[in-house]
Formats: sequence, structure tokens, C-alpha cells
Amino acid sequence: MSTSSTVVLILAVFGASTVEMVEALTIVVAVGVSRGWRSAIEGSLVALAVLGALVGLVGPPLVHYVPLDALRVVVGALLLTLGLSWLRKAILRASGNKALHDEDAIFEQKTRELREAGTGTGRDGIGFTVAFKGVFLEGIEVVLIVVGLGVSQHRLGLAATTAGVAAVLVAGVGALVARQLSEVPENTIKTGVGIMLTSFGLFWVGEGSGVHWPGADLAIPVLVGVFAGVTALAVAALRSVAPPEVVGGPGGPGPGAQASAASEVTDP
Amino acid sequence: MSKAPARAARAFGRFWWDLAIGDTPELFVATLVVVGASFALRHVRIAAVIVLPLLVAAILGASAWRGRRRPVDGDP
Repeated sequence: MSTSSTVVLILAVFGASTVEMVEALTIVVAVGVSRGWRSAIEGSLVALAVLGALVGLVGPPLVHYVPLDALRVVVGALLLTLGLSWLRKAILRASGNKALHDEDAIFEQKTRELREAGTGTGRDGIGFTVAFKGVFLEGIEVVLIVVGLGVSQHRLGLAATTAGVAAVLVAGVGALVARQLSEVPENTIKTGVGIMLTSFGLFWVGEGSGVHWPGADLAIPVLVGVFAGVTALAVAALRSVAPPEVVGGPGGPGPGAQASAASEVTDP
Repeated sequence: MSKAPARAARAFGRFWWDLAIGDTPELFVATLVVVGASFALRHVRIAAVIVLPLLVAAILGASAWRGRRRPVDGDP
């Protein structure tokens, strides 16, 4: 396995984990502020343990018992679907055709809901459950990416470690900045991860089906460059045709896109 | 089937549906087309390495174009 594909693997897993964990952290901080930190931390830790166990349970059997070519086609197709989906959303957001993911709005809404839920006696089951679900549901996509990329390249340990480091870093930074999560350049990271997942996905679909890429693994950074160029072109093209009230200038989407921000609160 | 396993099975199915298909079924279908094209062209090396990235680029462009906002009647 070449250095270039290892670097792309690390960047893809790290970026995906960072984005998903920032989204999870928004929910955890909302639980901590409105219901208490004990239930928020307990729910998060249990969810992380379950996610780690899933990687351990699903990954090694896939490596040992499923034929590598079949695995690469299936995993490649899954990564390609995920990557295209992330990239499509990122292009629409960057071009002002879709509202940006607003962590502040999500935080406010989640905090309001949790405060309205009332309190009981003893352990806070609501806080624990919301924190657990937030971390688990955001993390399950990371598990798929870790298992997919790790298994295809026989680097499951590296992929899992990278995701773990990203989760710890996000938690550490989150503890310091708490409610400034909206400043994380989420759409930029998501664009990069989408490009890498799409590149890996196509590469593995090709490898598994018998296509011989020129330069073997070196084709991955070339595909990354190709899809980065396509993404830039698509953003420019869609920006130029977006309705004027949506584009709102070079800094980002205008009021038209922001108007739909409420519907984005639950949209990953 | 008792309630809990049925609920878990539904949730599991819904998770995979949302993940693979969700609100962009065209991307799921397009991925299957890419897989099919990859098998069909596996012996044509140059065609495969040119056609497959172009196919994915076209799919991405078309799907993003389909998802763009359109001006409503009366807009300038």
C-alpha cells in the first residue's frame, strides 16, 4: 500500500470523524447545559464504546472471511454513494443553493426541547438517551467509513486509531470552546471528505471488478484532483444560476438559503 | 415477531435506506451503473480509467444540478 493512499485514508477518516463528532458534540453540549453534564458524558461514553465494539466485531471477520475483490466492490460502492451524497450537499451549500449546517440553530433548538422535557428524580434518563443517540447516530457513519476504508486497504487499525484521535481532539476542543462550534468550517471539511470518499469508492469498485489503474494506488490522488476540479466547476456553475436572493454575495448563502435553515436543523 | 425485534429490524432497515437512498435515489442508481460499467469495461484499460471518472463526474454534476434552487414565479 503506497504512502499516498495511506495519507488519503488518514485524511478521509480524520475529516469524516471530525465533521460527525462536531455534530454529535453540539447535541452533547446541549444536553450538558440543559440536563446536566453527568448524563451527557455517560451517554457519550457508552455510545463511543458501542461504536468501538462495532468496529471490532464487524471489521476483522470481513477481512478474514469475505473474498477481497467482492468486499472491495461492495465497500467501494458504499463509499461512492456516501461520497457523492456528501459532495452533492457540500456543492449545493457552497453555491448558495442550500442553507449551511447551522450548529448554533441546532444547539438552540435542542436546548429548548430538552428544557421543556421536564425533570425527574434520580438519574436523568432523557439526558443520557439524547446524548447516546446523538453520538451513536453521528458515529455510525464514521464506523462505516472506518470499516470500509480500513478493510479495503488492510489498515483497519490505522483507520480506527485515526477516528479515535479525531474524536478525542474534537471532544478536547469542544470542552474549551463549548458553544463556538459554528465556527468550525464544516462545509469545507465535508467537501474534502466527500472528494476523498468518492475517489476511494471509485478506485475500489474498479480494483474489485478487475480494472487496472495506471500507477496502482497513485491513481487515488489523481482521482482526488479530478473530483476536486469537478467540484470547483460545479460550485461555480451552480452559483452563477442560483436565484439572486439565494446567492447573497461571495461570502456565502443569502437570506433565501438562510430562510430554510430551520429545515436544516435535522439534516446532516 | 415480538415488538422489540420488529422495531429493531425496522430501524435497521430505515438506517440503510436513509444511508444508501434517502432523498437522492439517483445517486444509488448511478452507483449501480458505475459498478456495472466497471465490470463491463474491466478489460479495456484506457476506456475504464477515462470513462469511469467521467461517468462519476457527470453523475455528480447532474445530481447537484437537479438539487439546485429554482426561482419561483414573479422573481426577477
